[in-house]
Parts: sequence; C-alpha cells; structure tokens
Amino acid sequence: MPDSPKRRDFLGLTALWGVVIAMGTALAGVMRLPKPAVQPGPLRVFKLGDPAQYAVGSATRIEAGGFFLFHEEQGFHAISSVCTHLGCVVAHTEGEGFACPCHGSRFSTDGSVIGGPAPAALPWLEVVLSPDGQLQVNAESTVSKGTRFQV
Amino acid sequence: MTPIQEFLENIKQAPRHIRESAMRNGKVPETDRERSQSTFHNLFLHMQSVRTDRRSLRFASTFGLGLILTASFFVLTITGILLMVYYKPGVELAYNSVKDIHFVVPAGRFIRNIHRWSAHLMVLAAFLHMARVFYTGSYKRPREFNWLIGLSLLVFTLGLSFTGYLLPWDQLAYWAVTIGANIANSPKEVTDAIGITAWFDPGKFQKQLLLGANYVGQESLIRFYVLHVAILPVLISAFMGLHFWRVRKDGGLSRDESKPAPPARIGDRDVEVFAPTKTYGLMAVVRGRTPVVGRSPEGSVSSWPNLLWAELAAFMFTIAVTLVLSYFFDAPLKEMANPAIPENPAKAPWYFLGLQELVSYSAFMGGVGIPSIVLIGLGLIPYLDRDPRGVGIWFGGPAGKRTFWQSAAYGLASVLALLAVTVNFGWLRTWFPTIPQIAIIILNPATVIVAFYAAWSLWVLRRTGSIRMSAIALFTCFLAGFIVLTAMGSIFRGPNWHFYWWPSQWPTH
Repeated sequence: MPDSPKRRDFLGLTALWGVVIAMGTALAGVMRLPKPAVQPGPLRVFKLGDPAQYAVGSATRIEAGGFFLFHEEQGFHAISSVCTHLGCVVAHTEGEGFACPCHGSRFSTDGSVIGGPAPAALPWLEVVLSPDGQLQVNAESTVSKGTRFQV
Repeated sequence: MTPIQEFLENIKQAPRHIRESAMRNGKVPETDRERSQSTFHNLFLHMQSVRTDRRSLRFASTFGLGLILTASFFVLTITGILLMVYYKPGVELAYNSVKDIHFVVPAGRFIRNIHRWSAHLMVLAAFLHMARVFYTGSYKRPREFNWLIGLSLLVFTLGLSFTGYLLPWDQLAYWAVTIGANIANSPKEVTDAIGITAWFDPGKFQKQLLLGANYVGQESLIRFYVLHVAILPVLISAFMGLHFWRVRKDGGLSRDESKPAPPARIGDRDVEVFAPTKTYGLMAVVRGRTPVVGRSPEGSVSSWPNLLWAELAAFMFTIAVTLVLSYFFDAPLKEMANPAIPENPAKAPWYFLGLQELVSYSAFMGGVGIPSIVLIGLGLIPYLDRDPRGVGIWFGGPAGKRTFWQSAAYGLASVLALLAVTVNFGWLRTWFPTIPQIAIIILNPATVIVAFYAAWSLWVLRRTGSIRMSAIALFTCFLAGFIVLTAMGSIFRGPNWHFYWWPSQWPTH
C-alpha cells in the first residue's frame, strides 16, 4: 500500500488551494469591472426631418452624427465621416470624394480607399423612414455599399 | 520633588525632549562613538550605502540622469497634487477648470507649467538614462533584472504622459487621445485583413478597456484621470523603490573593474587599503554582491556628505531647469474639445510623434507591431548578450565606439533615404491603388526600416563575432531612427500630414 498523505499535509494543502481559488475567483470578478455589460455612450440614431428638404443632388454634413447624407436620383444614402484609419473626421469635396486631415487618407465618392493609410472603406449607414415621417439614420448600423433608400 | 514640580519641569523640558526624540540617537553626541552613530543611524544612510565608490560620483559616469528622473518625479508629484485641488474631471468642467488654473488661480499657471515641463524632462531623461545604461554595458549580470524594471518604468512614464495629455480636454488633447485609442483598436486592421474580426477582436477589447466606451467621452476622461493620479503613480513609485534597491544590491553603479581603483578617502586623507577589511556592520558578511563583499572599500568615500551633495546638485539642476522653462514658456491650451472638427494636424506630444509618423504608413504596424518588437527586443538584450566584459566602460572600448559611429551613420542614412522616397514617390497604394491591405501591413516604410536595421545588426554580428557589438549596432540604429522620425513628425509634417520644410509654410485657411 502506497504512503497515504499525512492528515496535516492534506488539510494544509486543502486550505492553501481553497484560499488560492477563492482569491482567483474574486480577482476574476474584479477584472470584469472595467467592462460594463452595456457600453455607455450617446444615442447614435439621428432623426433628420422631412426628406423633402434634401434636394436631389445634395450632400449634407450631419456634424453631430458623424456622417454625410446624400440624395441622388436613386435615393438617399449616408456615408460615415469617421476615418477608418485612426478616427479623425474626413472632409467631403463634391465630385472628388473624401480626404482625412490627420494622416492624408483619401476616399472616392462611394467611400472606397484610393490613397493613404486607411485600411478599409468608409462604411455606408442605414437610412430608414421613422414612423413619424422623418428621415432616420442609424450610425451604428452599416449596410453594404450601394444600398439606397427610396422614400 | 513634588509631583506638581515634576510636571512643571516636564512641561519646561518638553521642547527639548521632542527635539531629542525626533533624532534616533537622542541627545547631542558627545563621544566619538555617539558621533559616528548619529551619522550611521539616520534615514539617509538607511536608504543608501554608507560608502560610495568614487567613480560612481564622477559626473561622466552617469550624467546624473537617474537622479534627474527621481527629482522630476518628485516635482511632478508635488505640482500634480496642487493641480488636483482645482482640476475637475468632467467633460463639461475639465476645460474651464484648467482655464481657471491658468488665468485665475494664484501661481496656477506657473504650477501647471512646471508640471508640464518636468513631465517632458522626465521622458527625455528616461530615454537618455536608458541609452547611458545600455552604452556602458550596465545591464549585464547581475543587473539584468534591473534593466527590465527600468524598462517597465519607461512604459509607466510614457503611460503617465499619455493619460495626462487628455485631462485639459482641449482640441489637442481630444484628438491626440482619439488617435491613441484608435491605435489600440488597430489590431482590427489585421483581423479584418484575414477576416476573423467577427470571432476574435482584440482591438475592440483594448479600445473599450481604455476608453470605457466606444467614443472618447466622460468615461474615458475619468479612466484617464484615475490612471493618471492613482494607478500609475502607485505603480511607478513601487517600481522605483524596487529599482533603487536592486541598484544597491547588485553592487551599486557599474564601474570599470579592470582598472585599479583610486585610493579610498577617509576624512581628508587618501588611504590605500590593500586587503579586504571589515569596515562596517553586517553589510560585510552578507552573502552575494553587496557593495563590499570580497572587496575592500578601496576607492570609496563616505556617502554622507559626498553622495548627498551629488544628489542635491541633481535635484537643484532639475528644479532650476523646470523653473526657468516654466517662467518663459506656457503650457499650451487650445479651444475646448470639439468631436465634430479635428485639429489639423492633430499631433501627440513630441515623444509619440515618431510613432505617429509610423502610423501614417500602417496603424497596426506603427502603433502596435513595431513598438512591441522594440520593447521585446530591449527586454531581451541582457539575456542575449551574456558577455561579462566591458561593464562600466562606454561602448565597451574603442571597437564599440567605432561600431557606434558606423551604425549611427548607417541608421541615419537609411531612414532618411526611406523617408525621402516615401515623401517624393509615395508607397505601395500610390502605385497599385487596389493592393490588398495585408500587403501594406507587411510591407510598409516602417517594416522596411526595421528589416534594414536587423540586417545591419546581423552583418555586424558576422563581421565582429560579438553579440555586444551587434547589440550596439541595433540599439544605435533604432536610436537614430527614433530621432529622425520624431523630428519628421514634430517639424516636417503639417496639415493633412503633408511634408513641409517648416511650419511657416503651412497653408492658412
């Protein structure tokens, strides 16, 4: 019969591992503290009023929302103005596209990267009509390029 | 003596007794023994060794950089606490409270200036201190671990600078931190390129951990504030204590042991000590590399007051420099943060501008990839270069000095050539607009320069057969690259991160 561990050693090790596991669990709980279940932040759904006030061919910068609203023959679409490189706000030039002031990224009129360090195209955002008849853009929800909204 | 008389007498004597009890050895020393005890039993000598090597006190062996770092940390702690009296960490309040500190609070502007200038001085001194320790081979056994502690201190120092940068909540702060947070998010660039972001997104995790939200806002400000005034100061203080303790236990400052030590100085006389002699207390019989084990106190002077003078000189130098700079140059404060309009150009403080130049090629490589490579490489130096020779000698001798100059020339020439190509002809995306992002992540000016430097270091290793020479070559190249890229980002980049020879050429709008 192999040597059974001494009772004192067994109790000592049990106590030690009990403490370690309790501390580890407590620590794991505390480590979750910096990650709340919901990320705080402003509401990123924007009501933009009557669609008729945006003339066909217009491009409007919605400063608070961080996007541009375009109205073309095929309908409305919104393109984010937050640079995909490091989060600066891009400027829009009619017919040329977008340019970022921070590190010189450039995007075509449909948001595709045509120069600079940006790793991805500017995302297109979801445009809908809200129940009260206003144009509504959800800046957290992206749609595929070319998706247009007909009122 | 009646009890009442004794009581009155005690009241009369109380000031003297309080004074005596404050000094550990009590009354004014009368005998030689008491005089020596009053010296050895004070707090200063509790923290420092009783005797200091004369070579350690020479200005050229350290330039006092470690002391300047310590002094600037003390200045920062004191001025930081004073600023906390008025500073309010809220997005609506922060900017105006800093403005109050600047314009309304008596001496507030001066204190904020001192805080800012000693922060800059601390970062500069940390870089120089690291270079001094590296070039004198002071990271070698038994000091390897202290090199790692020092590296952690550098990271904490940069962390304190970065977190402090957001607190004024002005345009400069807001956009520099937006860029910083998006650099933390930049692993997304890689996970996107290989298409696994949906399952594994370390970038988003890091960004949310740092900001407490998806955007720079109130949660970010309070997080940066807590890091800046509590977590990082506590960490850096603890690591500083560890750093000093190891400096002393690892044998004091490194010095050239191959040359005979200058004679010891005891009192006013130079004394030759030939044999190891037990000179003081238990320190002499402790095992390990305490300052005197196996060695006589040759070449040493008593720390009190010789080391004390050196320390006070470094402290006074630091304070004088920060006071003069603070008197003439105000800390900047731009308009209040506006999330809708970025600062153009949005520049971080000078020590991050080398990195910002790199992120203008690839956010991930410049902001995460290459800094990680550099930090890991620096940490491994003492474990890869195990050659015990050349400790305490600048560049380890004439051969090292030659390697230094050659590497500096090579490092400067290659980074300048690469920048010239990039500024004049652009990079891959200029030539092949549809190139996939992964190609740019792997092959961009930042990775090319690292490859150039690694190749040079390997060539030096093959030519000299010495890992130490190869380490000097690599460190010097990176130092040259760091300086050139920092200058590039600070001086030669303007609006839209375009190249300008001078800020006066920037377009106005």
